[in-house]
Amino acid sequence: MFQLIKLNDVVDFMKLRVPAMIMSGALLISSMISLGVNGLNWGLDFTGGTLIEVGYEQPAQLDAIRQQMNNGGFPDAVVQNFGSSRDVLIRLAPREGVKAAELGDQVVSLLRADGSQVEQRRIEFVGPNVGDELTEQGGLAMLVALLCILIYVAMRFEWRFALGSVLALAHDVIITLGLFSVIQMEFDLNVLAALLAVIGYSLNDTIVVCDRIRENFRKMRKGEPVEVVNNSLTQTLSRTIITSLTTILVLVALFYFGGAIIHGFATALLFGVFIGTYSSIYIASSMALLLGVSREDLMPPEVEKEGADQEPLI
Amino acid sequence: MLNKTPLWKTLMVILVIAVAGLYALPNIYGEDHAVQISPDRNAVIDSTVLLNAEQALADAGIKIKGSKFDADSKQILIRLENPDQQNQARETIAAELGNKFIVANNLAPDTPEWLKALGGEPLKLGLDLRGGVHFLMEVDMNTVLKDNLQSLRDELRRSLRIEKIRYRTVEVEGNSVSVLFRDADMLSLAESFIKRTKPDVVVSESGELTLKVVFSELSLKETRDNAVKQNITIMRNRVNQLGVAEPLIQRQGPDRIVVQLPGIQDTAYAKQILNATATLEFRLVDTEHDVRDALNGRVPPGSILIDNDKTGRPELLVDTIALKGSHIVDARAGVDENGRPQVNIKLDSEGGAQITAFSRENVRKPMATVFIEYKPLPERDENDKPVFEKIQRVISVATIQTTLGQAFRITGLDSPGEAHNLALLLRAGALIAPIQIVEERTVGPSLGKENIELGQTAILYGLVLVLAFMLFYYKKFGLVANAALLANLILIIGVMGLIPGATLTLPGMAGIVLTVGMAVDANVLIFERIREELREGRGPQQAIHHGYDSAFSTILDANITTLIAAVILFGIGTGPIKGFSITLAIGIITSMFTAIVVTRVIVNNVWGGKRVTKLSV
Repeated sequence: MFQLIKLNDVVDFMKLRVPAMIMSGALLISSMISLGVNGLNWGLDFTGGTLIEVGYEQPAQLDAIRQQMNNGGFPDAVVQNFGSSRDVLIRLAPREGVKAAELGDQVVSLLRADGSQVEQRRIEFVGPNVGDELTEQGGLAMLVALLCILIYVAMRFEWRFALGSVLALAHDVIITLGLFSVIQMEFDLNVLAALLAVIGYSLNDTIVVCDRIRENFRKMRKGEPVEVVNNSLTQTLSRTIITSLTTILVLVALFYFGGAIIHGFATALLFGVFIGTYSSIYIASSMALLLGVSREDLMPPEVEKEGADQEPLI
Repeated sequence: MLNKTPLWKTLMVILVIAVAGLYALPNIYGEDHAVQISPDRNAVIDSTVLLNAEQALADAGIKIKGSKFDADSKQILIRLENPDQQNQARETIAAELGNKFIVANNLAPDTPEWLKALGGEPLKLGLDLRGGVHFLMEVDMNTVLKDNLQSLRDELRRSLRIEKIRYRTVEVEGNSVSVLFRDADMLSLAESFIKRTKPDVVVSESGELTLKVVFSELSLKETRDNAVKQNITIMRNRVNQLGVAEPLIQRQGPDRIVVQLPGIQDTAYAKQILNATATLEFRLVDTEHDVRDALNGRVPPGSILIDNDKTGRPELLVDTIALKGSHIVDARAGVDENGRPQVNIKLDSEGGAQITAFSRENVRKPMATVFIEYKPLPERDENDKPVFEKIQRVISVATIQTTLGQAFRITGLDSPGEAHNLALLLRAGALIAPIQIVEERTVGPSLGKENIELGQTAILYGLVLVLAFMLFYYKKFGLVANAALLANLILIIGVMGLIPGATLTLPGMAGIVLTVGMAVDANVLIFERIREELREGRGPQQAIHHGYDSAFSTILDANITTLIAAVILFGIGTGPIKGFSITLAIGIITSMFTAIVVTRVIVNNVWGGKRVTKLSV
């Protein structure tokens, strides 16, 4: 059989526990600093405002369009290419007083005024109120999701694993957010959805590892906790890598063929899957170790059978 | 014997996939560009209408692919040979049939009859894939409440006068109407009268000789509900004017309305029609007082000054409203006997009774039509709701010639154009509560088509990459996983087709791509287990058995937690995000079925119960 990774010996993953912790800590801190200093490049869904996507027949002259917008009374318009050189995205901040719903049409007719062929591809307008509500709901959803998962994992496994996996998830989410803050990629509703999908994916990974740790604690009667964890990680390593690989394969397809609208979504997931794979190896299990997980915690509860204390009749 | 699947289980798996395949099938047939005809209000639709339409199309040289008159849904559907002629066809038919019918562009699925009979329909596409407009509108409740207080004030003045209960003043104060009396006798008389006759208000004494009248909580809630409901009705009328085949108009939350118009081409025009937040009121011109006094700041009580659009001078009007625009049922521009422009107005029965009673008392007196627009102001109130400025102007003053009935006309208009504009606004139905677009998403038809292609390409390439990898890495078992993956794709599409209201969006397609990547995870888990068992020296049959067994609970836990995330996404998400969460959730469930049950059935039927010395895994 063909194997991607041939492992005959148990890899001592936990040897790198401390350096990994330091690296994660550094990533977390720099993410939070960037989030604090740069913030996120919130998309239209959250800030409110107007977005107009137009298509030209020839490659668009962005400077000329900026000039047009400026002369037309929209000096604050952000003009950029979107997807191809012929497609242009124009953003306008929320505008008071003007009927916002008519703004998009005004811009399109302004661009058409000089006789150029402009195709109106997309107009999005979000009122500032709606944006605020969305930000609130999005944050709330994230917290509720983490809480529900915490409860489920605590029920199915043990509170140390639950805490470990939720910390790993928070780690993934914060660092992914940090990436978006550093590269200032737009954070829209699709990226939020991707982030929740990252939670789902990374959890998937973490559960598989935890499941194996639990199994091995029961099987390897003599092993030290660190040994058991190392064994489990080694056993699940090829699965972890293969699944990450197939997921990354489809995400790369999505990134290249899914169009510009999907870029943010694909980027968040690509990075999230990468960091999620790392965190399920290093964060979730070493957190559980740190919290002092032991064999006794993971033993199946003794089932009291009726009549078990009596002598068998036959 | 290990690894034997009972026959019924194999048959069940085949059946499930076959049924899903059947319902996924309509998606491979294309869609025809079609024109849909439905009757407006009282028009009768029958096969002669279809014949007329077909004749008109034949005259215009437009070829049709097929046509159908459905008596149950009162609709005619004409499929066209050439998609580019859709607009031309619609205009031709609309011109032929006149304004008694709503003629709309539509996309009709080209599903064969036998499939349709089984309930097979292609997936509904979201606006981002189909093109169209999505609006979220907010009804301004403050204005409704203010208006209601004013009618309550008018009503109290009138009924107290009729009952001969003397009062000093009746005025709106904040959220209540205050009635000031001269003596305590009248006050108690009025209090018991109001309590007896008006169940929807709460009366209390406040201060000396003053009654405070407020609406009860129940009636406030009713008012809010009615305002939203009326807006929905009005939106529906307006959308009908636009001729959209499958509009969605739905309440969202206490004071919002979602309007979705798929496949609409001229979005700017649609917005103009939908966004016309205008109301009309008829008021008597105050001829007893002098306009000049009022202009100098001495506006007599019970009167108001409103600018006249035509003359440019303000007009002194009686504050009490004679008739509200919401009673208008129909309005059409026309010409009178002398060929001068006029607008014919039809009212509902309540409005008819009101205008008859009012005009009988006021024959020969001038009546003004007041046009009211609401423009949102920059500031917001304490609840962070937009504040509207009420802009009123007199658009016509006409003398009441005789007692008016349920149908009457406004004459004295300057031009046919003016008559046309007035009629259009009246006909679209006057809104009692102003409405504001708080969210808009417009996708042009070509972008929609592009999005579908992008999504399909991404799914295809993602799928091919994963299939190739699995085959390369797991050999024959990889082939089994690939079969399961394809079955999973068919299941997702089939199940989505069966869920009413499930629409496919671009993020939804991204969800399918993601599912393709993650669905193989379960098989990877199982196959890796089998490899481990083999390495530990177990026989092939034992390895398969233990591999599936021990991977099962892991797969279950991993998928349930992802499902939790999908459900939460569905709960908070709107539009496209809901689409993503639906495909993700369906994908998780179907992939568990295909990765565990379907592969097991295949594996057992191929390798199970035989003497196998080596496994190709």
